[in-house]
Amino acid sequence: MNGSLHLWLIPLLPFAGFLINGLLGRRLPKALVSTIALLAPLAAFGVVLNAAAGVFGLGASAPQLPYSEICPVGWINVSTLHIDFSFVLDQLSLVMLLVITGVGFLIHVYSVGYMAHDEGYARYFSYLNLFLFFMTTLVLAGNALLMFVGWEGVGLASYLLIGFWFSKTTAAEAGKKAFIVNRIGDFGFLIGMFLLLANFGTLTFSEIATKLGQSAGWTGGVVTVIALCLLLGATGKSAQLPLYIWLPDAMEGPTPVSALIHAATMVTAGVYMIARNHVLFDHSPFALGTVAVVGALTALFAATIGLVQTDIKRVLAYSTISQLGYMFLGCGVAAYSAAVFHLMTHAFFKALLFLAAGSVIHGMGGEQDMRKMGGLRTKLPVTFWTMTVGVFAIAGAPGLSGFFSKDAILYSAFQQGGFGKVLWFLGLVTAALTAFYMFRLWYLTFFGETRSHDAHPHESPWSMLGPLVLLAVLSVCGGWVSFGGRFFEFLAPAVGPRAEAAGGDSLEYLMMAIAVAVAIVGWYVAHSFYSGKSEKSAALAASYPGGYKLLANKYWVDEFYGAIVVRPLTIFSTYFLSWVVDKAILGGFAWLLGGIATFAGALLQRWQSGNIRSYAAWLAAGAAAVLLFVTVPWASVLANFGIHLTMAGQ
Amino acid sequence: MNSFLSQEVPLQFYLILSAILFALGIVGFLIKRNLITVFMSIELMLNAVNLSFVTFAHQWHAVKGQIFVFFVMMVAAAEAAVGLAIIIAVFRARATLAVDRIDLMKL
Repeated sequence: MNGSLHLWLIPLLPFAGFLINGLLGRRLPKALVSTIALLAPLAAFGVVLNAAAGVFGLGASAPQLPYSEICPVGWINVSTLHIDFSFVLDQLSLVMLLVITGVGFLIHVYSVGYMAHDEGYARYFSYLNLFLFFMTTLVLAGNALLMFVGWEGVGLASYLLIGFWFSKTTAAEAGKKAFIVNRIGDFGFLIGMFLLLANFGTLTFSEIATKLGQSAGWTGGVVTVIALCLLLGATGKSAQLPLYIWLPDAMEGPTPVSALIHAATMVTAGVYMIARNHVLFDHSPFALGTVAVVGALTALFAATIGLVQTDIKRVLAYSTISQLGYMFLGCGVAAYSAAVFHLMTHAFFKALLFLAAGSVIHGMGGEQDMRKMGGLRTKLPVTFWTMTVGVFAIAGAPGLSGFFSKDAILYSAFQQGGFGKVLWFLGLVTAALTAFYMFRLWYLTFFGETRSHDAHPHESPWSMLGPLVLLAVLSVCGGWVSFGGRFFEFLAPAVGPRAEAAGGDSLEYLMMAIAVAVAIVGWYVAHSFYSGKSEKSAALAASYPGGYKLLANKYWVDEFYGAIVVRPLTIFSTYFLSWVVDKAILGGFAWLLGGIATFAGALLQRWQSGNIRSYAAWLAAGAAAVLLFVTVPWASVLANFGIHLTMAGQ
Repeated sequence: MNSFLSQEVPLQFYLILSAILFALGIVGFLIKRNLITVFMSIELMLNAVNLSFVTFAHQWHAVKGQIFVFFVMMVAAAEAAVGLAIIIAVFRARATLAVDRIDLMKL
C-alpha cells in the first residue's frame, strides 16, 4: 500500500492551535499567538497539498482515490450498529480541502491586520482555528454521523464568531438567530440520518451508494423523504429559502469571519453535503427538482433584496445567498461538478469581495453605509483594484472565474429542457441583477465625490492587502481549470459525470453570449444610475414606492416569521408554559410539598418538648412495643383469627 | 454441684425478683421528680438485668452471662461518673434538680 497521507493531521493541527490559543492565548505575547494561529492552517494546507501532489502524480506515492483512513479504535459499536471514525479523501473532498485550508489561511493572514487592535485577539484566532477543525472534519467525514459532528461544530464556531463582539446586543442576537435557525435545518439532517439508518443500516456514504446501486427498486418513496430531509438541513446551513434569514444578520461578526465562514466555506457545506449524497438525490427526481427550484428561487429572491441594501456587507451577504442559490440550482439539475466548480470560484471571489469590503470599512474607520462612502478609488488604490477584479468576476466578465462557473450551471440547467429552461431564465435574470447590484456597490464606494467628511480614509496594512492580491489572482485564474472540461472530468469519479453537451459547442457559446449580454445590461443600468450625480435611482424608487419599500424591507420576511413563529411561541411560553405549567402546576406542586413538610414539622415538634419524663415515657413505651413484638407468637395468634401469613415466594 | 440454689430457690424466683426490680426502676424513672432519684432508678434497672444474667449463667453453666455482668457494671460505673457530673453542672446552672423544670434544651 502507498504511504499514509496523514489525513488526521488536517483537522487536528487547527484543533491544536485552538487549544493553545484558547487556553493560554491571553498570557502569550501577541506575536506568538499570531504565529500559532497562522501555522496551524498553513501546516494543514501543507498536508492537503502533499495529498494533492500525490493525487496528481507529482508526489512520491500516488494514493488510490477514494483513499480512507479509519481510526483503529473504532467509534460506535452497539449490536448491529457500527460507525467508524473514518476520513475519506476523494476528488470532491480534495477540492473542498484545498479551498478551505488555502482560502482559510489567507483569511487568517488578513485577520492579523484587521483584528490587530482588538482586545479579544487570541480568542478570535482560537475560534477561527476551531472553525477550521470542524470544517475539515465535516469535509473529510466518511459517514453522515461524523459529518454531522463537523456540521454542528461549524455552527458552533459560526455562533461564537458572529457574536464575537458579544457586548453589542445586535451581534449577540444575530449569533442566537443563526444558531436557532440552523437548528431547524439540523433537525432535518438528523431525521434524514435516522431514516438512512433505518432503511440502509449504515451511515457510510460509500456503502449507501453501493446499496442504492445494487437495486433499481430504490426510487421515490423513502429515498425522496430522506433526500428532502437532507435538503432541509442544507437550506439551513447554506442559507437558502426558507431558512436564509440568519445570514444577513450574521454580518454583525468581524468581516474576515464573514469572508471565511459566511461566504467561502461554511455556507457551502450544504452544497457539499448534497454533492456528497448525490446518489440519493439521483434516485429521487422529485427531491432533485425541489433542490433546483429552491436554488433558482433563492438566487432571484436574494438578488432582488440586494438591489436596494445600503450596508456594504449586507449587499455582499444577499449576494452570497444568491450565489449559493446558483450552486443549489447546479446540484438540482444533477450538474454537481458545475456546482462544486462554482463553489470553488465563489470562495475565491466572494472571499476577495468581503475582504476588500473589510479593507474599505477598516479604512473608513468602521463605516459600513455605502451612502457615506464614495471617491475611495484614489485613497485605497490596492483595495480598489482588487475589489474591481472581484466585482468583474462575480458579474461574469468573460475570462474571469465567475464567468465560467456561472455559465456551467446555467448551461446545465438549460440542457435539462422543459422546466429547466424556466430555471435557466430565472438564473439569467439573477445574473443581470447581480451585475447591477455589484456595480452599484462599486460605483457608490469608489467613484464620485466623497460623501463623508469626518472620515479619513487610509489604505490597509500589507498583511491585509497581500491576501487581497492573492485572492484577486485566484479570482482571475480560478476558472481556467475548467478548460476542456478537465475540472469536471476530475470530479466525475466522486460526483458523477457531467451530462453530455447536447447542443454542441455552438449552443454553449450562445449561452455565454447571452449571459455576458445580460451582465452588460446590469452594468449599464448601474452605470447610468450611480456613476454620476444622477437622480435616476431616487426617481425610480419614488415612482414605485410600494416596490421599493418591499425590497428595502426585505419582503418583510423577518416580520412574517416573527408573526407566525416567534410571536405565537412567545405567547404560548408566557401564558401557558410560564403561567400555567411553571407557576401553577410546578409551583403549586412545590408549594404543596413544602406545605406538607411544614405541617408535619409543626405536629412533630410537639414531641420534642424537652421534658425528660415524656422522653422516658416514650422510651418505655417503645421498649414495651418491641418486647411485645418479639415475645408474642404473632403467627399463631393471627391464625386463630383465620389470617395466615405466607412468606414471599412460597 | 451447687445443689442448694437449684433445689431450695427455684429459677423463677430469681427472675421474678429481677422483673420486680426492673419494674420498680421503670416506675421510678417515669414518676420521680428528682433527677438523682431518676438516675438511681436507672441503676436499679441495670442491676435487675444483671441479676437475670447471673441467674441464667448459673442455670446453663455458662460463663458468658457473668462476663456480661462485668461489662454492665463497668459501663454503669462510667455512666455514674459522667451522669453525676452532669447533674452537678445542671444544679449549678439551674439551682434545681426537678426534671420538669429542666426542659429548655439550652442554657
